[in-house]
Amino acid sequence: MTTLLILTVLVLVAIAIWQMGKIFELSQLKADASRAQIANDTDNKNQGYLLFAFLIFIYAITIFSFVKYSKFLLPEAASEHGPGYDQLMWVSFAVIFFVQTITQALLHYFGYKYRGEEGKKALFYADNDRLEFIWTIIPVVVLAGLIIWGLYSWTNIMDVNEDDDPLIVELYAQQFNWTARYGGADNVLGDASVRLIDINRANVMGLDEADPNATDDVIVKELHIPVGRKVNFYMRSQDVLHSAYMPHFRAQMNCVPGMVTEFSFTPTITTEQMRLNPEVVDKVKRTNVIRAEKAAKGIPNNDPWEFDYILLCNKICGTSHYNMQMKIIVETEEEYNEWMKSQKTFAETVLPVQ
Amino acid sequence: MSAVANAQVDDHAHDDHGHHHKETFVTKYIFSQDHKMIAKQYLITGVLIMGFIGIAMSLMFRMQLAWPGESFSIFEGLLGKWAPEGVMDADVYLALITMHGTIMVFFVLTAGLSGTFSNLLIPLQIGARDMASGFLNMLSFWMFFVSAVIMVISLFVEAGPAAAGWTIYPPLSALPMAQPGSGMGMTLWLVSMAIFIASSLLGSLNYIVTVINLRTKGMSMTRLPLTIWAFFVTAIIGVISFPVLLSAALLLIMDRSFGTSFFLSDIFIQGEVLHYQGGSPVLYEHLFWFLGHPEVYIVLLPALGITSEVMSTNARKPIFGYRAMVASILAIAFLSTIVWGHHMFISGMNPFLGSVFTFTTLLIAIPSAVKAFNYITTLWKGNLQLNPAMLFSIALVSTFITGGLTGIILGDSALDINVHDTYFVVAHFHLVMGISALYGLFAGVYHWFPKMFQGRMMNKNLGYVHFWVTAICAYGVFFPMHFVGMAGVPRRYYENTAFPMFDELTDVQVLMTVFALIAGAAQLVFVYNFVRSIFYGKKGPKNPWKSNTLEWTAEVKHIHGNWDGPIPEVHRWAYDYSKTYENGEYIIKGQDYVPQHIPLQDDEEEMNH
Repeated sequence: MTTLLILTVLVLVAIAIWQMGKIFELSQLKADASRAQIANDTDNKNQGYLLFAFLIFIYAITIFSFVKYSKFLLPEAASEHGPGYDQLMWVSFAVIFFVQTITQALLHYFGYKYRGEEGKKALFYADNDRLEFIWTIIPVVVLAGLIIWGLYSWTNIMDVNEDDDPLIVELYAQQFNWTARYGGADNVLGDASVRLIDINRANVMGLDEADPNATDDVIVKELHIPVGRKVNFYMRSQDVLHSAYMPHFRAQMNCVPGMVTEFSFTPTITTEQMRLNPEVVDKVKRTNVIRAEKAAKGIPNNDPWEFDYILLCNKICGTSHYNMQMKIIVETEEEYNEWMKSQKTFAETVLPVQ
Repeated sequence: MSAVANAQVDDHAHDDHGHHHKETFVTKYIFSQDHKMIAKQYLITGVLIMGFIGIAMSLMFRMQLAWPGESFSIFEGLLGKWAPEGVMDADVYLALITMHGTIMVFFVLTAGLSGTFSNLLIPLQIGARDMASGFLNMLSFWMFFVSAVIMVISLFVEAGPAAAGWTIYPPLSALPMAQPGSGMGMTLWLVSMAIFIASSLLGSLNYIVTVINLRTKGMSMTRLPLTIWAFFVTAIIGVISFPVLLSAALLLIMDRSFGTSFFLSDIFIQGEVLHYQGGSPVLYEHLFWFLGHPEVYIVLLPALGITSEVMSTNARKPIFGYRAMVASILAIAFLSTIVWGHHMFISGMNPFLGSVFTFTTLLIAIPSAVKAFNYITTLWKGNLQLNPAMLFSIALVSTFITGGLTGIILGDSALDINVHDTYFVVAHFHLVMGISALYGLFAGVYHWFPKMFQGRMMNKNLGYVHFWVTAICAYGVFFPMHFVGMAGVPRRYYENTAFPMFDELTDVQVLMTVFALIAGAAQLVFVYNFVRSIFYGKKGPKNPWKSNTLEWTAEVKHIHGNWDGPIPEVHRWAYDYSKTYENGEYIIKGQDYVPQHIPLQDDEEEMNH
């Protein structure tokens, strides 16, 4: 299909060039050489038709992209605020495509319809207050609606509070990996500062050993969260800007050295459930076909893939920015508790002072 | 100057005795103070040379994205040690995207576009013999030239050029140990930009003073062509916002070289804690985007101004809603300075601030919508002369709408969360400011080429080929890109192979890259046409597009002072195309346009201008 599109484009280009050549020959016949490089009636006619063809091209590439690429879009949102986010997104898209379809049609159709002809008279039409009022007020009303809806969602999403007993998790970014820290049994994060980092004693996140809240903190390299429970994320970075991007949950927040940023969401679909989602099943199937082909060619790291939620870095952070990731596992409360039990606390992992 | 009748013109004649002197090669072609020559210098340095470098870089990293890890001999040749065995290295990938952004935004679309057309058109269209200060104008160009040279030199330093993204957010850009490009390369970047900003300020101040003071008799502000309004307001935005970028650059230089902590705090890198304490990278983001967002309009407004003029001339119709167009330009200019926070919704700044910026951002859609509708109405019932410049103008409106509409999503803080910094953003801004501004630039070059090169015209058939291939490929690259972004692919990733969820998007990347390569090749057609036409272009009539504005009354041969005789006086606005008496007869018999210097005829109704 891709090849077909490219071929179509090439054919169109070839036709365009061939037409140009013809026009060029025709224009040579004209006596007035000084006007040779100015569009004449033949040019206007050809270019007018091409403008109309271009309108069809715009529609075609739109439809093509939708048909071919819609399946690449992210699967259903796996967080409580996600479906509302997606709904606002689709309404905005509906508005966009409505306006896009109409304005592009008018623009290119007028270009075709009113192509110039010698002796034709254009309409001297310089102003119309009513028309201008209409197309000022319509965007105002539509945008006002979108703004109010958007701000309502935004305020809700960004309201990070401690109601409903949220799970407290710290996401810690460094070049080029992620670490997560849980509050532990007391669900409170111990104080930390980069100035307390002691690599030799395995205190890589700079926890304050004097802080009793820190002793039971759990530091991990794979994020596990229980389904249905609100998670409050507090983000830190130890070196440069990073961004914690969790696309499946419609969640993202930058990690800024020198400050703690926050984001909160409630996961609603476990990893197991998501793997059974038909869209995801299809995606995994398609992807594994591609990966099998690559593996057959001997390209490394192309083992079959199993779907997992993922945390990506989405703020340029250096050489390996493109591979800064952490797996997220959403599981049931019991599975989560089970997993948590098997983790060691900070007090157990930090080495004693020599 | 014997026929000088009017005192104002006489003054100019005295100011301007340059053309009595014998010009040497150096004063004519190098250290020229003539605005037409400076315009051409900007066009060739800014657009042709820097544009070539910027676009070539984009083609290279597009190849890496489509065929990750593939070996290309062209990489080996051009990138040398940064492409061992022809495979592009991750650091140089980041360097390429950074320099592509920097060069295209600042050097091509800010200096190249404004520098060329503000210089060429402001004096000619307002009826002035030159800029208010020819010397400052020359200085402005040469400072631009120096900054361009430094930027190009930075490509060749040992550890590579700046690679922290064109926004050079600290701490990545501040700490040489964070990435190789943040060493000497970043220092040169900052030095180059500091000089660039000084150059831009000198240029802008000159444009503003010229437009305010040197308009010819009768050229009231409401009779100015929309090009001049756009250049004028662009210069004002530049003067307001560029100094803030300079302050950001200076503070960053201090953090880098003198150990201050404006933007840095609590950093542990490569096994040691740095001394920085109390600064904030978010402060840098505020300072950067205080320029960065108006910059979008600094790039776009001149293109829209050019489009207004080209479209009206070629539609043989007045621009629809002149006053609304001026009001939109002013509204966009004002709003552009209070929307910068929409680049920072998830930067960690207070979410309430995000709400305010969402509100102002979506407001800016309103004047933009008015402009788009006015362009469409200008075409309605016209007699469209579909010259290459006209096609580029129509295409500009098309990409401006397509790219602008997705701004509704990105400007909405809630929706921005999941598409922020993905390819969706890349697609959005390339269409709305990159491609649109380039189209405006091309429209301007095709339209005013005869004015720049003494009546010679560019070949229209090559122009058509250039246009259609570019127009198709631009959508071919950037339309599918929205879907890549919606699939969650972050921008600035050297390759997407580390995430199996992106494996199936490789086909889309290949499609986009193929379109990009074809588009790149089409620009060579333009370059060929441009260079060839300078020397062998056919001479056209004095006023080839039958345009109303004053530049077409100036001498075809370039003389210092523009008009051999007195400066024409202006009696009407610039858009009396196809104006008729009540009986349907053209104002001037057999001619569908009435140039600005033609006095009002008997029984002619004036259009409040």
